[in-house]
Amino acid sequence: MANLLFYLFTFLAVGGALLVVANRNAVNAAMFLLLSLVGVAGLFVLLDAALMAFVLLLVYAGAVVALFLFIIMLLDTTPGAQKPFKKATIAASTLGGALLLLGIVSLSKRGMLPAAEATGSVPTLKNYAEQLFTTYLLPVQIVGFMLLIAMLGVIVLSKRFTATDKAS
Amino acid sequence: MSPYGLNAYILISALLFAIGFFGVLLRKNTLVIYMCLELMLIASTLGLVAFSRFNHTLDGSVFVFFILTIAAAEVAVGLAIIVALFRKRHTIAVEELNTLKN
Repeated sequence: MANLLFYLFTFLAVGGALLVVANRNAVNAAMFLLLSLVGVAGLFVLLDAALMAFVLLLVYAGAVVALFLFIIMLLDTTPGAQKPFKKATIAASTLGGALLLLGIVSLSKRGMLPAAEATGSVPTLKNYAEQLFTTYLLPVQIVGFMLLIAMLGVIVLSKRFTATDKAS
Repeated sequence: MSPYGLNAYILISALLFAIGFFGVLLRKNTLVIYMCLELMLIASTLGLVAFSRFNHTLDGSVFVFFILTIAAAEVAVGLAIIVALFRKRHTIAVEELNTLKN
């Protein structure tokens, strides 16, 4: 059963990712990004990180993809024809793709990673909270400030600066 | 509970990252490029969670919290920049945004 789920989630994640890249329409690409996210969240559950899966779905599917869709609808760009690629670009991407594929295959064939077992206790919400509020207290504070700065930045960026604004 | 070893998860993570990377290189729509960037972030997240699980530590998973937070901030700022760009130039296709080239 777990084997089957692993293959299903892998298929969802990788297939969704491929369709994000291959799709011409931005709205469809966002939908396939959502599919890929669901696959990755399923893999998180298989790795006993159900909390991470929940947070991933909440933040990405709930906020990020919705924001993407909102902006796509707002800008309303036509999916018009893409200019053909230059010969050098095609050659470089083919070479890069071949090398990358070779690297991934060789990694999976003779990876020197120890055959670790995923045993032991499953981390609970309490463990996460303890870590976040003891070892990682400073990073949590910094990330909070970072969010505040991002929010201020977005307000500044989306404010329309006109001549009357500067005069006042 | 996980039926396969660390290698399988690292392989999926590498594949997702590669797909996202090629999306960034090949696509011309800024919004889709942004989605592919998100895909790369998610791929690294999967790798971190797998390492954290197989090493019996919690550090990787805690790091994922921070990655998600930064990703959310990044998306907000990036999309605001894209909207500002569209307002000024009326296009978001990267091949038409070549003012710095001349």
